[in-house]
Amino acid sequence: MTIPDGPGPTAAYDGNLMAGPLSELFALDVTVAVVRCRGCGADAEVATLRVYGPEPGLVGRCPGCDDVLVRVVRTPDAVWLDLGGVTSLQVPAPKR
Amino acid sequence: MDFVTRGFQGRPRGRDDRLPPGQYLTGDFPVLSAGPTSNVDHDEFELWVATEDGTRHTWSWAELMALPAETVTVDIHCVTSWSKLDTEWRGVSLDTLLADVETAADFAMVHSYGGYTTNLPLEDLLDGQAWVAYGYDGDDLRPEHGGPARLLVPHLYFWKSAKWVRGIELMLEDSPGFWEQLGYHDYGDPWREQRYQGD
Ligand SMILES: [Zn+2]
Repeated sequence: MTIPDGPGPTAAYDGNLMAGPLSELFALDVTVAVVRCRGCGADAEVATLRVYGPEPGLVGRCPGCDDVLVRVVRTPDAVWLDLGGVTSLQVPAPKR
Repeated sequence: MDFVTRGFQGRPRGRDDRLPPGQYLTGDFPVLSAGPTSNVDHDEFELWVATEDGTRHTWSWAELMALPAETVTVDIHCVTSWSKLDTEWRGVSLDTLLADVETAADFAMVHSYGGYTTNLPLEDLLDGQAWVAYGYDGDDLRPEHGGPARLLVPHLYFWKSAKWVRGIELMLEDSPGFWEQLGYHDYGDPWREQRYQGD
């Protein structure tokens, strides 16, 4: 059985490290977006994710259950994004 | 300058010849992780091989230790551009582990404790090219480097040498692993600099 070191204490970074590569994808500050974990259902602001990397890629894990929520790889000519671990991404938007 | 004549079998290659394109030498052993370090007790450890028809072969830690072991000295090459020469490992050859496994598979997905995966052609795991390694530099392999046991496939970029290995799934069709799904090369030959898809 795997005993994780508790959620995240070995993560060197938080989700703010994702701001750079994600700004190449989204025309907004995605660190304030809220993602819902497919594993445990918890909501987390992207900035609060436990982030591993930055090489070979950024891996953002759920602060609640440590599942992989967001992965970002910056290759020489592309940004690759995986949101397979989240059920939704909620972004603050102007009231209408 | 190096005036050593090459050209006959068995002469070790010089350091420059051993450094693939785009790599630099390091004496350190950098730790790259996609998640928390897995701490897997020997009591709980089980290594499995599953074939395409669902047959499962398993080894407890004691059973793995009872298999013939080899000590190998190899160069390793990380896709993040560091290379480390003459690293010494101890472990069990995949030829030994797979000797009694009947399969028609051409591909393998290697699974780790913690959920990491990586895919390789099965032929790259055979013929003395791959090991399940549990010793490093004369000591037990430490958890941050993939202990209690990791895959060791030194002829490919080191992301293929999955830490905290727990299983090998043999497959008829190729399927991308953790980094191979996200822009990294399917095969990862450092000598052809296959870092990213399209390289
Ligand atoms: Zn979660």
